[in-house]
Amino acid sequence: MQTLLQNLLNGIASGSIYALIALGYTMVYGILKLINFAHGDIFMLGSFVGFYAGNFIAKQNGGGSSPLSAALVMLLSMIVCGAFGYLNERIAYRPLRNAPRIASLITAIGVSFFLEFGGQFVFGPDPKFFPTLIDKHVIQFAGVVTTNYQLIVLGVAIAFMALLQYIVYGTKYGRAMRAVSYNFETASLMGIPTDRVISTTFVIGSMLAAVAGILYGLSYPKIDPLMGVMPGLKAFVAAVLGGIGNVPGAVVGGLLIGIIESFVGGSAYSNYRDAIAFVILIVILLFRPSGLFGKYQAEKV
Amino acid sequence: MRNKALILSTAILSLVLMGCPPKTGETGGAAATTDAGGEILVGEFGSLTGSEATFGQSTHNGIMLAIDEVNAAGGVNNRKIRVLTEDDQSKAEEAANAVTKLISQNNVVSILGEVASSNSLAAAPICQQNKVPMITPSSTNPRVTEVGDYIFRMCFIDPYQGEAMANYLTKELKLKRAAILIDVKSDYSTGLAQYFERTFTANGGQIVGKQSYSKGDSDFRSQLTAIKAANPQVIFVPGYYNDIGQIAIQARDLGMSQPLAGGDGWESPKLIEIGGKALEGCFYSNHYHVDDPAPAVRTFVQKYQERYGAKPDALAALGYDSAKVLAEAIKRAGKTDGPALRDAIAQTKGYLGVTGLINLGPDRNPVGKKLAILEIRNGQTALKGIVDPNASAGAAAGATDTTGTTASAATTGTTGSTPTTGTTRTQ
Repeated sequence: MQTLLQNLLNGIASGSIYALIALGYTMVYGILKLINFAHGDIFMLGSFVGFYAGNFIAKQNGGGSSPLSAALVMLLSMIVCGAFGYLNERIAYRPLRNAPRIASLITAIGVSFFLEFGGQFVFGPDPKFFPTLIDKHVIQFAGVVTTNYQLIVLGVAIAFMALLQYIVYGTKYGRAMRAVSYNFETASLMGIPTDRVISTTFVIGSMLAAVAGILYGLSYPKIDPLMGVMPGLKAFVAAVLGGIGNVPGAVVGGLLIGIIESFVGGSAYSNYRDAIAFVILIVILLFRPSGLFGKYQAEKV
Repeated sequence: MRNKALILSTAILSLVLMGCPPKTGETGGAAATTDAGGEILVGEFGSLTGSEATFGQSTHNGIMLAIDEVNAAGGVNNRKIRVLTEDDQSKAEEAANAVTKLISQNNVVSILGEVASSNSLAAAPICQQNKVPMITPSSTNPRVTEVGDYIFRMCFIDPYQGEAMANYLTKELKLKRAAILIDVKSDYSTGLAQYFERTFTANGGQIVGKQSYSKGDSDFRSQLTAIKAANPQVIFVPGYYNDIGQIAIQARDLGMSQPLAGGDGWESPKLIEIGGKALEGCFYSNHYHVDDPAPAVRTFVQKYQERYGAKPDALAALGYDSAKVLAEAIKRAGKTDGPALRDAIAQTKGYLGVTGLINLGPDRNPVGKKLAILEIRNGQTALKGIVDPNASAGAAAGATDTTGTTASAATTGTTGSTPTTGTTRTQ
């Protein structure tokens, strides 16, 4: 029972990071029908900004760590990644808005490689160790052991998901986003500034990836320029599982992938832990391609 | 359209994953021929970057130190040796590319390399096929030299290492319950775990849990949770230093206080930097210890520190020994063609290296090498005991038997205890 709860807790903590990344995939797909393969690498960029900013702030403070400096690091990382997301859309994807979709897709892979190998060039290919932004405490509760890090990850992730839910469903901008997602041409005919809405979507998605990057760095302090590949792929599976283009679906998908991985990892079949996400992807594409929450749309010929 | 785009995306993605772009870093010069009287070209491939970067860097430093010494003393047979180095980024497929390039473009006479067994296993068939002798300084998986008669090694092998650690844990520390955490992507890790398990259970111990991870994972909590439930006295983690630190930290986060134990894959200056306090009281087996009072070790450590400003690890020592043995063999062979050089290397007997006496056996593995058991205390590695098969009569005979069935020297000596036999030095 304790092991069960412990696995569940570990799964929720890693799943909430997947969920944050999956949100970025799903938002961009919802609006542009584009899988932004560079998204996992923006997550990596977020971690590296956190690494440099965290070390810089720690040096200024004489090595101390405080929640305030952690928040500052996160904010800085969000700004840098948001700016990168904007430039990414503006330079790489917008000129291809009317080109066949395959062109944007290949461009996305290009941007992904640019970040991965550019990252190896700029940051160096060796793993780096994420600074301790907040002191770690081990917390025991009902036989389950956790750290304040896991609780922070969970809390911050939930807060940002709630914020996103509010933006999408509670603001005028969110309504514009949903309109563009529903029908791009009609939305632009109705006077919605589609380009600006798309840019905003990229900025928000990239900021969420930055948050995920910081939380990841906090929990698993080893970061390297290729660290975005696996979490990015798994978050992509999570987005597909939940129904790509569907915001609550991405959250549920991310948590499910995290929990399933945690249980597989804790079972006798722990060597299949990485494979399980891709088995899920194949099964979903075969039997329910629209995902758990997606609506099936008949294709008109 | 929606689903079609999704399936298309997935298809493209899988294509991308299959074909990652090749990249090789070169620190050597342009291709040169090996005509008599000119430089002798020796190829080195190693993980200078990537997840096991310190393995390659240390080995490279050791090799360069040895080759520069040989050249300063006039070279071999009045020819200088030049080392061409290729980086394999700690990846097996890059290792194969690097070795192919060194052999087919640079026409090297011999290949030195790798630490990680998976990377050596990727390169060995290429050397064997081209009849270019390859010496791996520190790949411990027995299968590496089984590839063929052109493949040699300078270190002990995993049956020996796994046995020594299992003996130490069961006989010296009297531990009965162990769990194993294996890196399934690594030939080294799976092999070493298997040999450890065999001796541990043969000595009356019990393996209470067995979990796996893949190199490069960051989250080990679920596997550790399962191990925690099995309540072992020690956790054997035959992985590489990069993952070990994280595993130790997460184990302590889960409230587990058992020591971790491992093999020579832990050896890196980065190990303690990553794991910090979480690694206190953990053990690993190694090829040598930097504080070993043996004169060969003291001279080497001094020369290495003068040149690089850092203490040499075991991989640097093995890189040094490999390059020295190769230079010696080239001198004895008098020529540099593959078969002649192979025969000369195979005849290496009684060479006193930094990592002990090197006698190559018929299976191209050194017979009866020393092994050190190290413990991490106060952020430093401390020598707990040395297994030296040469010092006790009869034990050397089967020490490198690949079947692992022979009983080699037992580990003796713990901190503070008096040496029980002549085979042990304690500190």
